[in-house]
Amino acid sequence: MYKSVLVRLRQGHRTMRYPAGAPPALSDRFRGRPLVDAARCAACRDAAGGDACACVASCPTGAIEASPAGAPSGGAMRGGSLRVDLGKCLFCPDCGEACPAGAITWSGDWRLSTSRREDLVVGMEAPAPAGSPGGPAGAADMEAHALRLATALKKETLRLFGRSLKLREVSAGGCNACEADVNVLGTIGWDLGRFGISMVASPRHADGILVTGPVSRNMVLALRKTYDAVAEPKIVIAVGSCAISGGPFAGHEEVVGGIAGMLPVDLYVPGCPPHPLTTLDGLLRLLGRVR
Amino acid sequence: MSVNTCFASLGNGLSISLRDVPELAFDDFAAGIVGGVKAGKRVSALFGAPEKGCDGTALYAVLSDDARNSLEVARTVVKGDSFESMTTTCPQVHLFEREIAEQYGLRPEGHPWLKPVRWQQSRKGRDAWQRPSGEAFLPAVGDFYRVEGEEVHEVAVGPVHAGVIEPGHFRFQCNGEKVFHLEIALGFQHRGIERAMEGGPSIRSLHYAETAAGDTTIGHGTAYCHVVEALSGYRTTVHSHIVRGIALELERIANHVGDLGAIAGDTGYLPTSSFCGRIRGDVLNMTALLCGNRFGRGLVRPGGLRYELEEDRAEELRKRIETAEREIAEAVGLLWDDGSVMARLEETGTVSRETAVELGLVGPAARASGLARDVRYDQPSGIFRFSQLPVSTCDSGDVFARAYVRNLEIQRSIAFIKEQLGNLPPPQASAPMGGIEPDRLAVSLAEGWRGEICHAAITDGNGAFARYKIVDPSFHNWFGLAMALRNQEISDFPLCNKSFNLSYCGHDL
Repeated sequence: MYKSVLVRLRQGHRTMRYPAGAPPALSDRFRGRPLVDAARCAACRDAAGGDACACVASCPTGAIEASPAGAPSGGAMRGGSLRVDLGKCLFCPDCGEACPAGAITWSGDWRLSTSRREDLVVGMEAPAPAGSPGGPAGAADMEAHALRLATALKKETLRLFGRSLKLREVSAGGCNACEADVNVLGTIGWDLGRFGISMVASPRHADGILVTGPVSRNMVLALRKTYDAVAEPKIVIAVGSCAISGGPFAGHEEVVGGIAGMLPVDLYVPGCPPHPLTTLDGLLRLLGRVR
Repeated sequence: MSVNTCFASLGNGLSISLRDVPELAFDDFAAGIVGGVKAGKRVSALFGAPEKGCDGTALYAVLSDDARNSLEVARTVVKGDSFESMTTTCPQVHLFEREIAEQYGLRPEGHPWLKPVRWQQSRKGRDAWQRPSGEAFLPAVGDFYRVEGEEVHEVAVGPVHAGVIEPGHFRFQCNGEKVFHLEIALGFQHRGIERAMEGGPSIRSLHYAETAAGDTTIGHGTAYCHVVEALSGYRTTVHSHIVRGIALELERIANHVGDLGAIAGDTGYLPTSSFCGRIRGDVLNMTALLCGNRFGRGLVRPGGLRYELEEDRAEELRKRIETAEREIAEAVGLLWDDGSVMARLEETGTVSRETAVELGLVGPAARASGLARDVRYDQPSGIFRFSQLPVSTCDSGDVFARAYVRNLEIQRSIAFIKEQLGNLPPPQASAPMGGIEPDRLAVSLAEGWRGEICHAAITDGNGAFARYKIVDPSFHNWFGLAMALRNQEISDFPLCNKSFNLSYCGHDL
């Protein structure tokens, strides 16, 4: 008894201050939002010619699309472009290693959640073909500037869920990494309960479902029944590349390939698995706590 | 012992030409397995494979001879659509035989409880249960073992569970609160990994290994790397072996700490539950320190590592592991000092040593029943060939034993990591990988935090995977959980389940 009090005192108060204070420090090797050095990428792309880019060929989930200079790729693009679908991206080091020009690196930016699927496809427009080697000044690191982060729920749903959001988690073919790092949000360090968000044991108690995994065929019925059992209005959150696009299992006959075609999704949280900070940031944006 | 002389001997993490894998008549093959197990060997894998040039199916067996620190392999070819089941004389092959029936449509005649494993389609277009072709299977739908009687009732749980965990279906036969029998039906997580590995290595292969059981990314990732390295005759640098070993132990510590916290939580003892939940995160962050990802994604690759461990990073890791060591000792130590916690853990969910031997349990579940069984010690590969860890065992076979073994293993793993960090050579330049050799069989075992992980690959004439077999430790151990529940109260289930903490996706693949 005394010992447990003593240990409690030594372990101390460990709930983080975020979002009021600073977020916890991430590893310097953390792979957050990908960055493309535009000049290097353009030079490499011109040399390689569109889809033959090494980064495109190396990507296990086909998340990268390259179009060569002159190709019509929407917008006022000149000099071609590289587009990364963060909904497919495993945030693995494959493309960065494959790129002969070393154009792809990762920022430490964990904010990745979006409200719409198409917002996860980030264009990295190259500047005008560089006459001078190295490209125009200031364009060395061209960020995924088009990433539109998640916005708050509509007024009525926000009124209902803003201060109390109960979620039912369904793992549908998940590998237990997404599940584990969603679970972590319930530990004392993160304390999801302080935002009024909690995971509940029945869809009847829930305001929505949080789905992980590529939706194995053997889980389709259970997922559908769980969703149907949640009372309206309800929300759906897709956590992880698998739930968004099928992840590394996309194209397998044994999986559906994510929930996008099956359920209306309100929040996409990319990653393999998403860092707890990415998931928390997404949830708080959905509830209008972070903008 | 004489029956087994016809199996070929093989070391962990090595490969053998298919020509040198003895092809036995089925009776000799079966006698070799049954006799070998009687003599103390274990079945690490027993699987079907397509057979070139005939319409038969090949069966491969990988036996672990722990006493001699070697593996034994042999094969047989089954023509027709059935073979004689070995399960009644050798219970540890029961699930392997069900898997062969499901994947290749071969019926093990005489199998006492022949049910599908994952509700997947047969690879041969021939169904062992004669189900109509082209119809989708409904997982876990079918016969369950039933106890009849006026006072007997059935409890069904899942596939979706109360917490944030993976899906599976549990069917209890109960008399009041007492569980007579628990049957576990899985397969909900099936993603087709083994099938997708065929034709590889491809750009997805390593990712399949890393996500076979995502909480065992390093364990399965390393087992895969060893297979590829064995097939291409590659020697990995000492630095790489050490960093892989450190990462494997970090994975073990993180999961064991999390499990001890979860066991405390299900006992209703919140201090340890809260502390361990947080400390587990600190350990995951140490893995992230190595490679950027809390689960170790992107750390290992065939040939070595993607991220090396430099001196200052090793120093940072040493500091963090020392802090964690202190905090874990305190947080976990509370459990053993509390009478009410111990009363809950002791004599709950007991698996006897005999049952553990018969079922071929692996990992902490086997060691908690008194078996000194650990791949790092019995079949060492990588850095474990040079640095041996003592095997942590306990005798009582109950929830307490499974918790206490984890506690011991955490301490051993921390000591190992500190020792390795003290001897870490600087990163060495590694030679380029060669191609994969054709017509070979490679077997790689690794001691993941749940127990023995077995990867076996057979290459075709072009050096591509003709068959890739993955055996997660959970494949051996799920039946151990069912046995732990015999004659227990149904309210003991969550606690027993946590004490095993088995993988659904690792089983379902």
